[in-house]
Amino acid sequence: MSSTPTATETLDVKGQSCPMPIVKTKQAIDDLEAGDVLEVVATDSGSMSDIQGWAEGTDGVELLEQVEDEDLYIHYVEKTA
Amino acid sequence: MSTETQTPTGDGESMSEAELEARIAELEEKIAGLETELGDDRKKMTIVATKGSLDMAYPPLILASTAAAFGWEVIVFHTFWGLDILHEEKSKKLKLSALGNPNMPMPNALAALPGMDSMATRMMRKRIDDNGTATIEELIDVSLESGVELQACQMTVELMEYDEDDFYEGVTTGVGAATALQHMAESDVQLLI
Repeated sequence: MSSTPTATETLDVKGQSCPMPIVKTKQAIDDLEAGDVLEVVATDSGSMSDIQGWAEGTDGVELLEQVEDEDLYIHYVEKTA
Repeated sequence: MSTETQTPTGDGESMSEAELEARIAELEEKIAGLETELGDDRKKMTIVATKGSLDMAYPPLILASTAAAFGWEVIVFHTFWGLDILHEEKSKKLKLSALGNPNMPMPNALAALPGMDSMATRMMRKRIDDNGTATIEELIDVSLESGVELQACQMTVELMEYDEDDFYEGVTTGVGAATALQHMAESDVQLLI
């Protein structure tokens, strides 16, 4: 078993599709402190590419890991600044 | 002139050290001014939304809310039927046209019959619901919440005989083409939808 990052907060966006997983992730990150890790649980397969693109194009966040678990797409995003 | 010398010859003398320093200071000031103008180098996007059918209402709002999540400064300028997206009542009743839509599972001769637009719209709404796709209202809410500026073109507001109060709270009114153009000129991304 690979070790997944420890999350400070979890955001459930199951059942929601584009653009909501991104929009809500951004809102959740805004409420966190630097160093916190947000776990985003989604069912939208597009979120794999979208969260990655968003994290790359956004300052102050880092995508730590993405896990595909059956129908779930789980993302770990750290707020770095 | 094969070796570098401390003091330049010829017209190089036209700029003394003091003058150079003054010139440098002047340029530094100019750069600082430009940097302030650029702000925090946020990307900027301007979308012009002109359509008011259910399918065409989505792209501007999806792109706008997503860009806002990237921290971009976003303006959506709504004109003509695009205004219906901002119209609180009409936005909940946007329709899909069955006629001339090659993706509809019916020939145009049938699509032209009365009631077909409503049927196509119902089918689409059901899909939106089943798929967990956000409603137009939800997208407007998150867009405004995340700082997107939704503008209603004043000329078409009057042309369509809409009232400022018809629009969602937070919509910017009283703007025209010049405002839109100004934003477009400053934008990294400009889209007409």
